[in-house]
Amino acid sequence: MYGSTNITEEDARRMNVSDEEPEKLLAFEDRIARGEKIEPGDWMPKEYRRQLLRMIEQHAHSEIVGALPEGTWITRAPNFRRKLALIAKVQDEIGHGQLLYSAAETLGKTREQMLEDLLNGKSKYSNVFNYPAKTWADIAVIGFLVDGAAIVNQVINSKGSYGPYCRALERICYEESFHLKQGHDNVVYLATGTKHQRAILQDAINRWYRPLLHFFGPPDKMSAHSEKLMKWKVKLASNDDMRNQFLDQYVPKILELDITFPDPNLRKNNDGIWEFSDPDWEEFKRVINGGGPCNAERLEVRRYAEEAGRWVRQALLNPQEKYQVPLA
Amino acid sequence: MNNNAVKELLYKMADDALIIGHRNSEWTGIGPMLEEDLAFSSIAQDKIGHALALYTILHDVLGEPHPDQLGFMRKEKDFHCCQYVEQPIGEYDFSLMRQFLFDNAELLRYEALTRSSFEPLAQLARKAKGEIKYHVMHGDTFMKQLGNGSEESQARLQSALNNSWHLALGIFENSEFEKELIQEGIFTGEEELKRKWLEKITPTLEAANLKLPATEENKIVYGGRKGSHSEFLTPLLNEMTEVVRTDIDAEW
Repeated sequence: MYGSTNITEEDARRMNVSDEEPEKLLAFEDRIARGEKIEPGDWMPKEYRRQLLRMIEQHAHSEIVGALPEGTWITRAPNFRRKLALIAKVQDEIGHGQLLYSAAETLGKTREQMLEDLLNGKSKYSNVFNYPAKTWADIAVIGFLVDGAAIVNQVINSKGSYGPYCRALERICYEESFHLKQGHDNVVYLATGTKHQRAILQDAINRWYRPLLHFFGPPDKMSAHSEKLMKWKVKLASNDDMRNQFLDQYVPKILELDITFPDPNLRKNNDGIWEFSDPDWEEFKRVINGGGPCNAERLEVRRYAEEAGRWVRQALLNPQEKYQVPLA
Repeated sequence: MNNNAVKELLYKMADDALIIGHRNSEWTGIGPMLEEDLAFSSIAQDKIGHALALYTILHDVLGEPHPDQLGFMRKEKDFHCCQYVEQPIGEYDFSLMRQFLFDNAELLRYEALTRSSFEPLAQLARKAKGEIKYHVMHGDTFMKQLGNGSEESQARLQSALNNSWHLALGIFENSEFEKELIQEGIFTGEEELKRKWLEKITPTLEAANLKLPATEENKIVYGGRKGSHSEFLTPLLNEMTEVVRTDIDAEW
């Protein structure tokens, strides 16, 4: 699962290719225009490498952090069918993380460095995972709508220019589409179930509505553009286009279950564009910068996993390193 | 065939699988490396799948309640898992040691059951042992790697082994039907299983630079098979049934 790459103003300014050799740059851009894939050993502009690495790394982090809110419900899933489906799903997400870290490593940064940057806050992950999964209905909504949003994003990105990332995404999309089916099935059971089940589903939809709108990043008129990234097929669709595609596909599927969205202004206009109330982009920024309800908790769990598991990794990698008995 | 003897065997195996599956699944997302998240999560899936398959035999063949009822609606005292599987995951060394010790026993148990006179169980055992083989491969490999890894990893495994030993021996607590199970060719019995298990794990532990602790009979943790459990099972079951209990009549 993953949200859109958010290009900041500063990033856009840094997109400078003036020190690249013009012939090489031209040949590189021609290859992309012809629809060829760029492979790890190929020449690429420094900015291409930097932006791709950042994007794939964020995506990988999103997978492993995204496993946390759902992971805590594996032990609580209400029957065998849901339990087996959920554990398989969360395992898939970790597997996607592993696949994506490998894809990112082809650009010259190790998994260890990436995990370190996750913990020290240098690199980000999707905002959507900084919200809590409060009830079982959240698991249904995450499985259906967050995975649904991720698929919109990832199917588009799988048409990008970097070979290893595209191949990873193709496999990921295949698995995500399975999660989507399980998520939909779960949502339908709750929507057609008892009063209590409908109530927790409605409550979950109410809480996830805004984070889902945030998922694709700020509106185009607010975000820094980069023609270059579009030309290099690092970014393939605008945030607004992806968001619109998502709303178009999923809003009707929720409404037909007689479940509502907490937004009186949500509607599709005659031109096919969805309209909605301002989902508070200030909140989006706050959460990205660490102020969301679960940012601290998510990183704390990752930090625990990193630290508690250090002796295992060290014993496998550098068994000769001496063990220092802690002083206290 | 003595139905009560078969039921008792199926219940304890299913409950072991469900509870160890629950514990192993707790590693999803927090393992020492992503590969271990994946390994523990895969193993957990298989275990929960085995539990479901065993409860399904109990339901379909022996007239017991639906598997979801058996897994999610029984009281603590009706569970027949050994106390070893109930223990919290602790640190990775404890969980890995348990995975190694438990799954070696589990593979031998299922191998023996492929020849069971109770055909539904023999059929399941033939399928499941192919999966458990990989669990054992995981446990054996990591024992050897970490036992021969760093000073710290060796020390941690030795201490995990010492702390686990008498709990692990509790896996082989005899049931009241041992004689019937053996006589009717349903299962070769816990004593035979324990003997084979010791033969199997001893060379692996030696290769892992680990010493087998001395067994003190009076310290072996029994009781689980008769419904007497550690303080950890009730909270585990409460967690497992948290969602179901919010609406008992609902279909989930």
